[in-house]
Amino acid sequence: MIKNTARYIKSLFLLELIKGLRLTGRYLFKRKITVQYPEEKTPQSQRFRGLHALRRYENGEERCIACKLCEAVCPAVAITIESEEREDGSRRTTLYDIDLSKCIYCGFCEESCPVDAIVETRIFEYHGEKRSDLIMTKEMLLEIGDQAEEQIAKDRAEDAPYR
Amino acid sequence: MIEQTVFYIFSALLLLSAGLMITVRNPVFAALFLILSFFSTSAIWLLLEAEFLAITLVVVYVGAVMILFMFVVMMLDINLSALREGFARYLPIGGMVAISMALSMVLVINAGEFGLASDTVQRHGADYSNTKELGVALYTHYLYPFEIAGAILLVAIIAAITLTMRGPRSSKAQKPGEQVLVKSTDRLRIIKMKSEGADSEPEKDPLAESKLAQSEDITVKKESL
Amino acid sequence: MEWIRNNLITPLVEQLFPAAVHTHAVFTIETVFKIAVIIVPVLFTVAYLTYAERKVIGFIQGRIGPNRVGFFGFSFWGLGQPIADAFKLMFKEIIVPSGANKALFIAAPILSLAPSLAAWAVIPFGDTLVLADINAGLLYVLALTSLAVYGVIIAGWASNSKYAFLGAMRSVAQIVSYEIAMGFALVGVLVASGSLNLGDIVAAQNGSMVHWFWLPLLPLAVIYFISGVVETNRAPFDVAEGESEIVAGFHVDYGGMAFSVFFMAEYANMIIIAILISVMFFGGWLSPFQGILPDSVFDVPMIGTLLGEGIHWLLVKTSFFLFMFLWIRATFPRYRYDQIMRLGWKIFIPITIVWLIVVAVMVVTNMPWWFD
Repeated sequence: MIKNTARYIKSLFLLELIKGLRLTGRYLFKRKITVQYPEEKTPQSQRFRGLHALRRYENGEERCIACKLCEAVCPAVAITIESEEREDGSRRTTLYDIDLSKCIYCGFCEESCPVDAIVETRIFEYHGEKRSDLIMTKEMLLEIGDQAEEQIAKDRAEDAPYR
Repeated sequence: MIEQTVFYIFSALLLLSAGLMITVRNPVFAALFLILSFFSTSAIWLLLEAEFLAITLVVVYVGAVMILFMFVVMMLDINLSALREGFARYLPIGGMVAISMALSMVLVINAGEFGLASDTVQRHGADYSNTKELGVALYTHYLYPFEIAGAILLVAIIAAITLTMRGPRSSKAQKPGEQVLVKSTDRLRIIKMKSEGADSEPEKDPLAESKLAQSEDITVKKESL
Repeated sequence: MEWIRNNLITPLVEQLFPAAVHTHAVFTIETVFKIAVIIVPVLFTVAYLTYAERKVIGFIQGRIGPNRVGFFGFSFWGLGQPIADAFKLMFKEIIVPSGANKALFIAAPILSLAPSLAAWAVIPFGDTLVLADINAGLLYVLALTSLAVYGVIIAGWASNSKYAFLGAMRSVAQIVSYEIAMGFALVGVLVASGSLNLGDIVAAQNGSMVHWFWLPLLPLAVIYFISGVVETNRAPFDVAEGESEIVAGFHVDYGGMAFSVFFMAEYANMIIIAILISVMFFGGWLSPFQGILPDSVFDVPMIGTLLGEGIHWLLVKTSFFLFMFLWIRATFPRYRYDQIMRLGWKIFIPITIVWLIVVAVMVVTNMPWWFD
């Protein structure tokens, strides 16, 4: 009986609604957590999976040995590799294309690579104005690798203990 | 002068919309023209300084009755060509009914009948409240007719409900009253349990062994293939 | 107003029109001017209410809302956003779907905006600041708020689309149901004040904050506000738009300016509801300090005007209720449709009827404070 009366009073005076309003009212004055993107950016992990890059050894020799493990493991079938024997007898790629419009940035290529050649960098701000812009050729990937080598090497070194 | 112009504009609008209401084929348009004719009527009443009645007309008919009308008419799937059939056949009878109705209305609503022979409306000051006058008339002079009309309407409502009600429903409809009373404790039981493994000493991981066995199985299978 | 009539309108009329129609012309131009003085700020407020809504809801959700579009290269907390939105919508094409009824499709947004602007005619902003001081102001407002539903129902039907039609049906059933509770709440105000004139209703609340009708008519005030939220199809009663079920309800097929007129109508209705609550239950332009501070304070030049009665108090109260609209939208999840109907018919109408009797008893017995 008393319980019922209490319940009626509670619902008649909209107590629970007022409780809800109080909660949201408090949030009105809380600190805002929006990151204002072009000026502010969220911190990235060293394992960030962004745009791909092909790395080189310190003497300038490209790392990729055309083992095609990445091509095999790629779940989105975004990688196309063709290889030939170079004059010095080593096996190298003649074609290494990544179709970014297919890529799902899972990082399997990076994990499968036995020589740490294909990596994913922290670069995520890029665009293409037509579909063909989003197909990264070997030259483009190598260039990205050359440009971002410092960051890539640092990230790998930091992450090495966990691999 | 201006008042007369306004009157003629709204009268023309009223006649036009009333005529269109019965001639237009699409029932939704007919309902909309009826609404327009209500509006014109209420504008004419406003010119007579009967603002309470004018606005009540809009509130009751346009704001409530016609909305329900529209509601029904819009949901009907009417075959327009079927409606057009038989127009010529029913024209003579319909015309006769219309003429006799018009005649009887002219006889009844004769200006002399209601003492409306004077063609000017009695004007009142700004502080004259039409609403108050109506209220006073309704609740003193015409109290009994008013109450009886109310009672008849109530009877009509109850009759409509009894006609359509077919005994208490035994449906599985949700009862929000009961739903909102449910507390989380009625549905969910939280059991406190002592966590395992934290204080007991780490034994051999049985999972790891089974995994190993599985992988062996797979290799065996591959060989057999 | 007098000054404008004597110094601006009369000379203009004397130059342009023949002498025979001078008084009529002055009256017409003056009225048009007054209408512009009311409508232009209303439309401006509508634009900035959308901005306020995005800001307030953003803040409640831990975001900061629009903050980029500004003027002259400065962002000014995004104050340019509504204007940018308006321009964007203006330059979009209005697509009339095939199979739609073109005339009604175009007329529907106008039909929904016009009543919400027409209702401003009787809103009293101060003792004498009212466009049309008519005796049946309360009824007029009730009539116009009930007309807004035609825009919705015609839009739903004329679009020739299932979703639009479903949205219109929901909206109509909901508005018609809550109209009754709303009307009864207005009858309560009418009984308490003894007048249908909105100016007189405010005058009847004169005294102090406890003399305002919100206290004796508390249930009616709450019900009127909630019904107002329903009538404007605002969250948590926005099943007419129900994004999760019927895309956008009755205005699915509208784009560009036609859509934005619906949008403006919704916000103009919100402002009307907020200002009506302030007028009918919260003393309109009366000052909340009246009766608390000694009368001599109101005679002090600057502070007296600020603390004394005036249009600014009406604006403050209206802004508060508009904020309540946004706050409620940011707080509560959408009602289920049958619950909306249950709330309207089984809870609000009985409560209003009971409280009408209570109010009548209070008035008849000349209850001290309010009705003595």
